Amino acid sequence: MTTSGWLVMLVSVGAVTCLLAVCLYLVFRSGDRAEHLHGLESETPDVDAD
Amino acid sequence: MGQRISESWNSRVGIILAVAGSAVGLGNFLRFPGQAAEYGGGAFMIAYFISFLLIGLPICWAEWAMGRMGGQAGFNSASGIFNYITRRPAFKYLGALGVLIPVVIYMYYVYIEAWCLGYAVNFLRGDMQFAAVEQASEFWQSFIGIQADGSAIGFGWDQVGCYLVLVFILNFVLIFRGISKGIELFCRYAMPALVLLAFVILFRVLTLGVPDANHPERSVQNGLGFMWNPAKQLVETRTSPTEEWEFVEQIVDPQRLELARSLAAEDPHQRVRTVSVWEQLVNPQLWLAAAGQIFFSLSVGFGVIITYASYLRKKDDVVLSGLAATSANEFCEVAIGGLITLPAAVTFLGVAGVAGMGTFGLGFNVLPMVFSNMAGGEFFGFLFFFLLFLAAVTSSLSMLQPGIAFLEESLNINRKQSVTILGFITALGCGFVVYFSQDVKALDTLDFWVGTCLIFILASIQIIIFSWVLGVDKGIQAANAGSSLRIPRIFGWIMKYVSPSLLLIIFIFWVLNKVFGFSLGQSGVAYSSYVKDLFIEPNRVAQLSILLVAAVATLFVLIIALNKNYSNYSKKDAYDD
Repeated sequence: MTTSGWLVMLVSVGAVTCLLAVCLYLVFRSGDRAEHLHGLESETPDVDAD
Repeated sequence: MGQRISESWNSRVGIILAVAGSAVGLGNFLRFPGQAAEYGGGAFMIAYFISFLLIGLPICWAEWAMGRMGGQAGFNSASGIFNYITRRPAFKYLGALGVLIPVVIYMYYVYIEAWCLGYAVNFLRGDMQFAAVEQASEFWQSFIGIQADGSAIGFGWDQVGCYLVLVFILNFVLIFRGISKGIELFCRYAMPALVLLAFVILFRVLTLGVPDANHPERSVQNGLGFMWNPAKQLVETRTSPTEEWEFVEQIVDPQRLELARSLAAEDPHQRVRTVSVWEQLVNPQLWLAAAGQIFFSLSVGFGVIITYASYLRKKDDVVLSGLAATSANEFCEVAIGGLITLPAAVTFLGVAGVAGMGTFGLGFNVLPMVFSNMAGGEFFGFLFFFLLFLAAVTSSLSMLQPGIAFLEESLNINRKQSVTILGFITALGCGFVVYFSQDVKALDTLDFWVGTCLIFILASIQIIIFSWVLGVDKGIQAANAGSSLRIPRIFGWIMKYVSPSLLLIIFIFWVLNKVFGFSLGQSGVAYSSYVKDLFIEPNRVAQLSILLVAAVATLFVLIIALNKNYSNYSKKDAYDD
């Protein structure tokens, strides 16, 4: 593997890893507000209401 | 008639994992590495990331935003959402594509999903011992019934039948449980498990070193070089100075390269040609491949994201959630798929044994042989194919939900009824694909015309609706509502002009290249086998496959035409207030 190959790999893998890390950070940072939009116990979508 | 119950996601993480799960599939681990290696890692990645920004992300955001808008008005299928957003009745028929595509793809995708489960089980049983790729290929051909129609139907350990029944039932049990208790719950466990498995396999692959001392060039480092080196070193020969140079092999190993150069210096009929990044970047095929990979990898144009997003609430974040889901997909593709598949294959087979392998060849012929020759290969083979199986289930679930949503919405039926109807339709289609297994003709035909061609068309329709019919400013404003991250202003311009134009250009070149066989830089037309199968040298199975698609499409169009709900699109206006 050439030096430029290492560079391409590190930049590509690093870029997508950083992007994911930032997104996860932002998602979990605002988790209190967004998480548990409503309780699982109240969600009964598969219930047939014939 | 049953009464429909309004559904929604239980958490933001849940929908992010569900959308990411929909996008992460076999293409991340098998197709992407092959494409990147073929077009030279560095050059391909430049085109890949540009395509991500100009096509993938904009369409993704558009789908998320339109889905949430439609969902607020009580619509969950692409037909209802298009009808509601555009306020033009004709668009509901275009929305039928958003149901047809995932339903038809499911018919053959679940078959491939069964291969993955079957391979995982056979690795666990210790039945996957191959000395050569040919043996692995023979097992695959027998397993999927490639020799003759009907030969795939069997229920032994080494036949696909029992696995197919299992995965089919699993999918419908999960979809029957609904959005939050079925899809979301499964993805919340399956996606982290998938990543964990991938890290275990990645660690094994990166510590393979040089397994065969007789072939020092077959190493992990050369495997990584084959995948990521931006410049390619090609050995070419010709018999006389008047002839064109002909490709012999690609060399990655530095010592072999040195040797080839010294031989070329003494032999006027041989040369080592370096193909630079810039030389590769001016190749239009590279851009088509990169854009196509981004396009299919992110699942844009499938009709899935728009349905998933319709179960969001009005103030739920779509911009950050969309970005998080796409970045999770990119991570699985680039950081995991890009480091596992080709390095493992090259370490055991060398560059020559891997180059040019397609998705199925790499996944079901090369890799099984690689794992069977690896220390602890039975265990790691099981892990790898179980990983593919999990990735496939999270994707196939997403293919069923648009159909369920459409049937419930347009026929006003409950989950049990919609699952029964969709189960019947997909079982018929899947049975067709599995029965006509010779040369995987039915699968291949459906994948080409529906899984590729129609997806281009639906994606184009979606971005045009968002940017031109709804209006890009209004669309972005709607997307930004409730989002902790705002879509950058420049994306307004990209979504309005760049994305539709690029999609159109890619589609035109794709039709020229894949349908008419016209290759850029070369003259002449040679129709592809897909066109020949239908019109020039008619193939019965290919024609029946198109008939199947037409029958399902007709059914959906009829349901839309007879549905009166869609005329009531202003019952609850979600974005005008």
